Amino acid sequence: MTSSGCAPAREDQTLCNLPAMHIDAGDTAWVLGSAALVLFMTPGLALFYGGMVRSKNVLSILVQNLACIAVVSVVWAVAAYSLAFGPDAGGGFIGTLHLAGLAHPELAVPGLDLSVPPLAFAAFQMMFAVITAALLTGTGADRMHFNGFLALAAIWTLVVYAPIAHWVFSPNGWLAQRGVLDFAGGNVVEVDSGASALALALVLGVRRGWPREAMAPHSLPLTVMGAGILWFGWFGFNAGSALGSSGLAAQALIGTQLAACTGVIGWLVVERWQTGHATTLGAASGAVCGLVAITPACGFVNSMAAMVIGLVGGVVGVLAVRVKFRFGYDDSLDVVGVHGACGLAGTLLVGIFATKAVNGAITHQGLVTGAGPYLLGVQALALLVTIAWAFTGTWLIAQLVQRTVGLRVTDAVEVQGLDTAIHAESAYDFASMRAGQAGF
Amino acid sequence: MKLVTAVIKPFKLDDVKEALHAIGVAGMTVGEVQGHGRQRGHTEVYRGAEYVVDFVPKVRIELVVDDRDVVRVVEAIVDAARTGQIGDGKVWTTSVDELIRIRTGERGPDAL
Repeated sequence: MTSSGCAPAREDQTLCNLPAMHIDAGDTAWVLGSAALVLFMTPGLALFYGGMVRSKNVLSILVQNLACIAVVSVVWAVAAYSLAFGPDAGGGFIGTLHLAGLAHPELAVPGLDLSVPPLAFAAFQMMFAVITAALLTGTGADRMHFNGFLALAAIWTLVVYAPIAHWVFSPNGWLAQRGVLDFAGGNVVEVDSGASALALALVLGVRRGWPREAMAPHSLPLTVMGAGILWFGWFGFNAGSALGSSGLAAQALIGTQLAACTGVIGWLVVERWQTGHATTLGAASGAVCGLVAITPACGFVNSMAAMVIGLVGGVVGVLAVRVKFRFGYDDSLDVVGVHGACGLAGTLLVGIFATKAVNGAITHQGLVTGAGPYLLGVQALALLVTIAWAFTGTWLIAQLVQRTVGLRVTDAVEVQGLDTAIHAESAYDFASMRAGQAGF
Repeated sequence: MKLVTAVIKPFKLDDVKEALHAIGVAGMTVGEVQGHGRQRGHTEVYRGAEYVVDFVPKVRIELVVDDRDVVRVVEAIVDAARTGQIGDGKVWTTSVDELIRIRTGERGPDAL
C-alpha cells in the first residue's frame, strides 16, 4: 500500500494516481471520518428542534431535515460544489461549472494545497451545505410546508450558500483574498443561516397565536439527545476543517470542547440570574451557542481565548433569543438568536484573538497580538456582506416559493398539526397508551 | 347513599387511600384529571420566555358510601389530603338514587 491507500497494481487508475498531489493517508482518514461526523449533525439537529416543537409537529421537523440531507446533497454534487469551489469565474464572486457533477476529481481544488483527495474535500463540504440549509427548519417550525421548504433549500443552496462559501472558503474568493478568517463556517454557516432565518421568518409571518399562546417544547429529552449529537459531530465540523490529522486539528478540537462548556456556563448563569432557574433547554442551548461562537475561531485562537469566546457565545445567546419578542418576528426555534448572533460574535472575536502562534498560515492577526484593527475590520466587512446577501437572497427566494409552490401551510393545517395533515402520521400514539387494555 | 368526590394533589393519593382503608372503605375509583381553582396553574420558563400553564395535574377520587359513613369518609379525605398550601383541592358529596352490583344484582346499601 502506498500512502494514498492504493494497491500498487492499481496505480495506473486515475483516482489512485492523483498527479501533482501528495495524498496523506492520515489526513484523508480524518477528513473522511469528519465528513461522516458532520453528516450526523443534521439528524442531531432534527432531534434538537423536534423536541422543541409541539407534539403535533415533531415529525414535520424530522422529515424536513432528512429530506434536506437528500435534496441538498444532490444539488451540491450536481452544481453547488462547483459554484463554491470550482475555478473562479472572475472577481472572486462565484466558481464556474467546471466541476459540476463532481467532474474532474483528479484536479486539485483551485487555490487549495490539499493532502487529501479532492472528493474527500467535496464530501466534507457537502455536509456543511446540508446542515446550513437544515437550520432553516428551526425558523419555519409549526407552519412551513414540506414542499415549499425543499424548493427553498435547493434554490437557496445555489443562490445564497454557494456564493458565500466561494467568497470566504475558497482561497480565490474576494473576501478570502482580503484576509477574512473563517475556520469552519461562523460566517458561511452560522451568520449566513441566521440572516436567512430572519428573512424567512418575515416572509412566513407569525404562527397562529404567537406570542400570546404557550408553545412550549413537547420533549426536552429529545432536545438534549439532539444537542449531544450536535456537540459530538461538531468535532468533525471544526477539527475536520484543519483538513488534516495535525496539531491544528487538535487545537481546534480542544478549543471546540472548551467553548461548548463555557457556553453552557454563560447561558445558565445569566438565565439563573434573570429568571431564577437554570433550565435543561438553557444548558442545551448554551452548548450550541458556545459551539457556534468558536466555529470561525477554533483554528486561529488558543485554548484560553476559546473559553472566552464560548462564554461570550452563551451570554450573547441567552440575551439574543429575547429580541424576537421585542421586534415581533416569529423565529420559532431561535435560529437568528443562536446561530446568527453567536456566529456574529465569534466572527468578530477572531479579529481580537487570532494569532500566528496557533496558525502560522494567517496573514493578519487579532488585536491582542498588537497587530492593529485590520483583521477586525475585514471580519466586520464579511459579516455585513454576508448578512446583506443572505437576507436579501432568502427574502426573494421565499417570496418566489410562496407564490409558486407555496411556503406557508393553511390555517386548518396549522391548527390540526403538520404531522397528520401533511405527512399522514403521528409521532406518539397517546390514545392506546392511555386506554390500556380497553384499547378505545 | 352519597357519592363522595374529591379532587386532590396527585402525591397525596397514597395518604388518602391509606386513610380510607383504615376506616374500612372497601373500594374507590381514581382518575388523573387536570384543572385549577384559585391556584391558577403555574409558570414554566423556556429560553427566558415565561408560559403560564393554566391547568395543573390533579387526581379525582370517587366513592359511594352509606349515609351514616359520609362524615367520617369526608373527614378522612380532608385530613389526609391537606398540606395547608394553595391547590390542596376540594371534596363534595351528592345524593345517589340507586346503586347496583353488576355481578349479583344486589341493590342499594347491600351493593356497597
